[in-house]
This record gives sequence, structure tokens and C-alpha cells, in this order.
Amino acid sequence: MTAGSGLSRLEGRDKVTGAARYAYEYPVEDVLYVCPVGATVASGTVTEVDGTAALADPEVVAVVDHTNAPRLLPAVTADELVFQSPSVAYRGQPVAAVVATTLEAAQEGAAQVLVRYVEHPHRVALDPDDPDLEQPETTNAGFPGTSVKGDVDAALADADVVVDHVYTTPPQHNNPMETVAIIARWDGDRLLLHDSNQGPWAAATGFGMLWGIPPEQVSVVTEHVGGGFGSKVWPTAGAVVASVAARVTGRPCKLMLTRQQMFTMAPARTATRSHLRLGARRDGTMTAIDHDTLQYSSVIHEFVEQTGSATRTMYASDNLRIRHRLARLNLPTPRVMRAPGKTPGMFAVESAMDELAYALGLDPLELRLRNEPSTDPASGLPFDGRHLVDCLQVGADKFGWTARDPTPAARRRGRWLFGTGLASAMYPVYQQGGKATARAEPDGTFHVSVAAVDIGTGARTALWQEAASVLGVRSVVIHIGRSAYGRSSLAGGSAGTASWGGAVRKACAELRRLLAEHGGAVPRDGLEVTADTAADQLPPDKARHSYGAHFCAVRVDADTGQVRVDRLLGVFAHGHALNARTAHSQLLGGMVMGVSMALHEQTVIDPRLGLFVNHDLAQYHIATHADIRGLEAHSLERADDDVTLVGGKGIGELGIVGSAAAVANAVFHATGVRVRDLPITLERVRAA
Amino acid sequence: MTDQLRGDVVLRVNGEDRVVNLDNRSTLLDALREHLRLTGTKKGCDHGQCGACTVLVDGERANSCLLLAVAAEGREVTTVEGLADGDELHPLQRAFIAHDGFQCGYCTPGQLCSAVGMLAEVADGVPSWVTADLTTTPDLDDDEIRERMSGNLCRCGAYAGILAAIREVADG
Repeated sequence: MTAGSGLSRLEGRDKVTGAARYAYEYPVEDVLYVCPVGATVASGTVTEVDGTAALADPEVVAVVDHTNAPRLLPAVTADELVFQSPSVAYRGQPVAAVVATTLEAAQEGAAQVLVRYVEHPHRVALDPDDPDLEQPETTNAGFPGTSVKGDVDAALADADVVVDHVYTTPPQHNNPMETVAIIARWDGDRLLLHDSNQGPWAAATGFGMLWGIPPEQVSVVTEHVGGGFGSKVWPTAGAVVASVAARVTGRPCKLMLTRQQMFTMAPARTATRSHLRLGARRDGTMTAIDHDTLQYSSVIHEFVEQTGSATRTMYASDNLRIRHRLARLNLPTPRVMRAPGKTPGMFAVESAMDELAYALGLDPLELRLRNEPSTDPASGLPFDGRHLVDCLQVGADKFGWTARDPTPAARRRGRWLFGTGLASAMYPVYQQGGKATARAEPDGTFHVSVAAVDIGTGARTALWQEAASVLGVRSVVIHIGRSAYGRSSLAGGSAGTASWGGAVRKACAELRRLLAEHGGAVPRDGLEVTADTAADQLPPDKARHSYGAHFCAVRVDADTGQVRVDRLLGVFAHGHALNARTAHSQLLGGMVMGVSMALHEQTVIDPRLGLFVNHDLAQYHIATHADIRGLEAHSLERADDDVTLVGGKGIGELGIVGSAAAVANAVFHATGVRVRDLPITLERVRAA
Repeated sequence: MTDQLRGDVVLRVNGEDRVVNLDNRSTLLDALREHLRLTGTKKGCDHGQCGACTVLVDGERANSCLLLAVAAEGREVTTVEGLADGDELHPLQRAFIAHDGFQCGYCTPGQLCSAVGMLAEVADGVPSWVTADLTTTPDLDDDEIRERMSGNLCRCGAYAGILAAIREVADG
């Protein structure tokens, strides 16, 4: 029962028997099916939506478009403002929706809706020479767009060794297995939702903003979620369509985006371009770090991926410059995907560090040890536990790194070339305030409620453990997945479990005190405490991050260029985990997504059509079972156990950060080919 | 939709005959989820690309999103709801829990049905892409399991737990 004991998931039985109910699966009487229609031009104006053919089917109830949809108010991004104007900002943007009594009729009707446009020129290419690039003041998560310390240009000019390269990552789609799914109903001015999201309170807030009603008037139920990875943090355009359809028809409406629609009616990760220049003295001391980043947002909303943010804190240098530039393209507004900024940025930084190690003739592990900072390089703040060196050294020991011959392309058996590589990982500590309620019943049971959500992280189980541990009993029922439990954190920024857990711990501790005041006896009406952690947050006096190190072994087919990851070993310092079992699965899952990103993932844009060409799972490849072997995740114990309200630091995103660079560095060691553009495709390996 | 495009279909699911009036275009997946309220079978792509909708049809694994419901008439359909024996979980269901072979759980019903079908295929001597000797019963090593389970995508990346779970059951 002790927190961290590795209890198996409370909902495990429900998930293996099919009893676990996801948003789309609630039986609702008189429900209608909604199928959105996406724009077929990348930029333009809708001149006509002709629903005649669709409406000829008696099973079709309505065709919704900008001429008959109710007005929405600005909320989190402009993409959610569906059917508010005839303007088309990108291909696939919802321009209409068909509502019908059966799913088949809704889908058929959507195919029959005729939309006419005046087409405008579009731009979808991420071009560093684009004259209209913006220089944003701040990025996502509140980092400065530009930060400068010292004189980077002078330091680069004086450096003994400089590496100067461009690294790119393509657009990537989160692609949770469960697509955006929602059942929406209106009860007067109350909106009732069964919704797949990463935070029922955030969903209530987001939908409330759109409809001009307080979050308390939006009732969100989110019992189980089939993955999110950032795509369901805020209401998506697709989900909003269902609430509009319900308003127009006055009936409950259900919608599940098709896999194809997920590519434009739900968010993605931007493409990134990192120009990195590292300067060092002959002895390996780094003297300059220059990270110039480029990313895109849509033409209707500014979202700036914090691609350079990890560079602020990784390695010591007296001269440090980080810039973010932004292209505005006719593409959906990108938003967060697992470890936003850190994942693409650290691919660049950790690849460049490997290149610098080779340029200096130094072991890449040694280069990192020699540039370990004593305080946060950009801010000068002290670290609240920095264990990168521990992770690197423990990992090197477990992996057998020290016996490595650094010579590239020197290990061949038959058709296979073998190589190894390493990379560092980091992720910031976030924690959000929120409420939780603990209640004691006269029959000896306890009920603990918090508007948390378990998107697969194991949050439900960890929160039960936390409550049971503080209350000192097992007779605890944990209630999550409802906005009615009050203001609460997202499952985002790896902050969910720490944030909810902090509120649960506080409520349970206060209830325990209250029980003691009653001599341990629970009155007939029970005892109840609602705690709020809004005032208990982390002060900005320290640099707080989780750390990790990846060690990768690959084999590369000398003829075809096929890369196989034989082994990926990660060592992580995240402090106390509430549940070691589910924490371990989170770390492994991040590493799998890192391998996937390294070898497969890319959303391909057709520049002529402004189209995400490979918009399904047959063409947007993610790691399959056969891609994954030799995976190991180890957690350092007794490090940073007193940072958040529940002790440790975030876990969910750490495993992906740096892992793609470890793969790319291993591919270089195997083949002598440096792939600086993800994914590491056969043709890129063979190009040299 | 006119009446002649609808019809009664008898589906035998988990050992029980169920009569359901369906649009002839309905897939087996949508019939299960929307009409029979058997929502354990999941829709992940609706195009046979992800495996989340895997069920057993006459004991063989099949993507229920690629089967029209009318074509399943007269066949024995087993969904995840039919794997357990009453309250007694199927050994694979127990092993998936024990090895944390899932996170969000959305691909899990498909993984389970696929694993049941896969083990039967191996017992029948059906080779895979990685089988070295096509003349004997395949040796179900880890690479065989990984290859044979690669039609079932897991975005959470629970493959290590899934492998361990299937390994345990296959080894008895």
C-alpha cells in the first residue's frame, strides 16, 4: 500500500475486459452523429456550402456551417472558433458538419456536401530566408523569445574549435490511439460533455470561454482517455464542432474524429530548424553556445514552440545566445506534443555535442562532464538538484560505455554496421495549484475527489496510493475525471500527478486532523475537507529539472541503410515516484516515442496543395512492436525527493527528450554518416 | 436511407445470437460499438491500419473495421468481453495486468484478441516473416512475438510489457 510500491493499476481489470468506458462509449438516448467537413483549399474564402444532396437523406438532420452556427467567443486558440467566418486558413479546417441519426448517414452526407471557394495563394514551407519571419517576445511556457549572455560572436571567433550545423525535425502528429471523441448535450445554458481530454477542468474552462459561460456551467466527465500526448490539452476544433452541432439541433451529439481528420482538426508539433554553433577551447571547455531556432505557427494564431529552452540550462558557457523565430503558414496551429520544445531542441543540442566531441577528439561523455554548470547557465539560479552527471555515469556503467572505440564505421559483421551513441535528457519541473476534497463516512470509508484524469500515466492509482498513505487506511475510494471536483491541473507539463497529488495530500492531511479533533469518530453526516494548493506553489528561486541520459546501440544495414535499434538504455533522476511501476512504464513509453521520432515520424507537406499528405497510420509511421527491443529504464533513487508537494519531479515527458539524438549519434558511430534531419530514413543514411 | 438499404442481421457474438437492424454499410466494428453496446472493441483508425478493433472471427484475428457486419453473419465473433470465463480472467488478461502491458488501455482489447489469435496461429504452425524454418512448428521466440504483434499499434509504447505478458502465457 505504501506509495511507490508499484501497485498495479486500479482500472486494470476494466481495461483488459473492455469494461472501461471512454468518452464516445456512453449510451445516450436520441443521440445524433456528427461528421465534420474539412476545407479542400489551403487558403481562401468559402462562397457557398451546398448541403442539398446531403439533406435529401431523411437520416440527415442538419448541415452546419458559418451561416447557421451560433457565435463563439475567443478562447485558447483561433482554430477552435469553428464556423465563425467564411475564411479558410488551412486545408482541413472545418468548414461544415453533417449531423445525422446514424453514423453511416453522417459520413455519407459529409462526402456529399459541396463547398465552393475563392482560393488565395498559400504558404506552407518553413524557410529561414522568409522575409516575414517574426521574432516573438515569448514562447510557449513563458520563456523569452531571445536571451543573450556575453558576446557569442566574439567567443566563436576566438574558439579553437567550432561546430556549426543545422538540424531539423519535421511536423509530427501526436496520434493518440483514441482520436478526439466527445458526446455533447445542452441542458438550457449548461453544457454537458463526455469528452476525451487531458484535464476535465481545462475542458470546462476552454468550452466555457468559447460559449461565454463560467466553467461551473460546463459539466465534463472524462473517466478514461485513450492517450493524449499533448493533443487533448485544450478543446480541439473537432471537439468544438460537436458542441456547436448540439446547440444547432437541440439534441445530444456525438463525434469521433477519423484518423485522417486528426491531422488537421487536432493539433500537432511544428517543424523545427535549429542552427547551432558551439565554440570550445582545445581542452573541451565550451566558450560559446548559439542556438537560432525557427518554427511555424498558423496564420490565425501565434504558438511558439520553445525549441531553444533546454539550451538555456544544459551546459556551461560564458557566452550563450538563444533565439526563436516564427513563420506564419497556412497550416493548423501547432500546439504541444510530448515535451514541447525540449524534444526537437535537444535533438539538435545533443547531436551537436556529439559532433563537438568528435571535433575535439574527446569522448562525448567526457565533453559533457567538462561542461557541467554550477548554476543555471542562462538565469544564474542555483539548481534544485542537478543529477545529469549521475545519470551519465550510472548509464555508462550499466551500458558498458567505457570500452567504446569512438572510430566511426569500424564495426561490421556481414551486412550490419554496429555503433553506439549517448545523449542527455532534461525536463522542467512544473506544478499547478488546485482543489481536492476528502470525505470520511461513518461506515469507515473515505472518498477523495479531484478533477484529475488518467490518460495512461497511472494517475488514478498513484492518487489512491497517496490518499491511502496519508489517511493510513485502505478503505479509500478515489474519484477523478469530473470537472465538478473543481479547479485543477492538466495532465500536461509532466505536472499532473504532482499537482493533483499535492491537493489530495493536503485534503487528506486536513481531514485526518479534523478526525482527530472528533476523537476519531465520524459524525452521522460525515466529515469533509476541501483543500486548495493555489498558495503552495514553487517559488521562482531555483532551476528545477528532471534529468536523464540515453545510451543507444544500433545496427545499420550497409546495403539498404535500414537502422535497427538493438538497445536503448535510459537512466533518469526524477526523485520520488508515487508508483514505481507506472512511472517505469511512462519512462519506457517516452523512449519508445523517441525511437519512433528518430526512425519514422514525419508529416509530409505537399507545398502545392498545402496538404498533410500522409494523414493516416499506414503512411504516418509510428514505432511498432517489431521496432522495439532492448529497452531499459532505470531510475536513480534518493535524488530530489523534496521538490514538489508530493516529493519528486515530473516523469511523463522526460523519457522522450534526447532519445532521438542518442539514436542519431549511434548511427554516426556505426556508419560515419551524420543525419541532421529527422527521421533517419534509409535514403538519408545512404546519401553519404 | 430507404428500408431496402437496412436489414436485420443475426450476429453471433461471444456465444450469443444477437439480432440487430443495421444500415447495410455498417462495419462489424460499428455494429458492435453502436448497436450491441459492446464498446470494448475500439476504433483507432477505421482503415485496418492500427489493430485496435481486432476481434476473433471463427477463432482467427480480424480487423472488425474492415468487415461489413452483414458479412459476419453465421460466423462466431469473439470480442474482448468474451475472453474471460465469467469472473475468471483469461491468462493473457491477467498477464497484461501483471506486466503493466498497457497505459491508456485503448489498444489493449485489440492486443489481447490479437495475442489469443496469434498463439493459435503458432500452434497451427503458421509461419511469420521472421520464421527461419518454414517446415517445422515455429519457435515462439521474442522476435516472433514482436513480428506477429506488429499489426497492433500502441502509442503509449507498452510493447515491453505486452511482450513479457505474452511470453509468460506462451511459456505456460
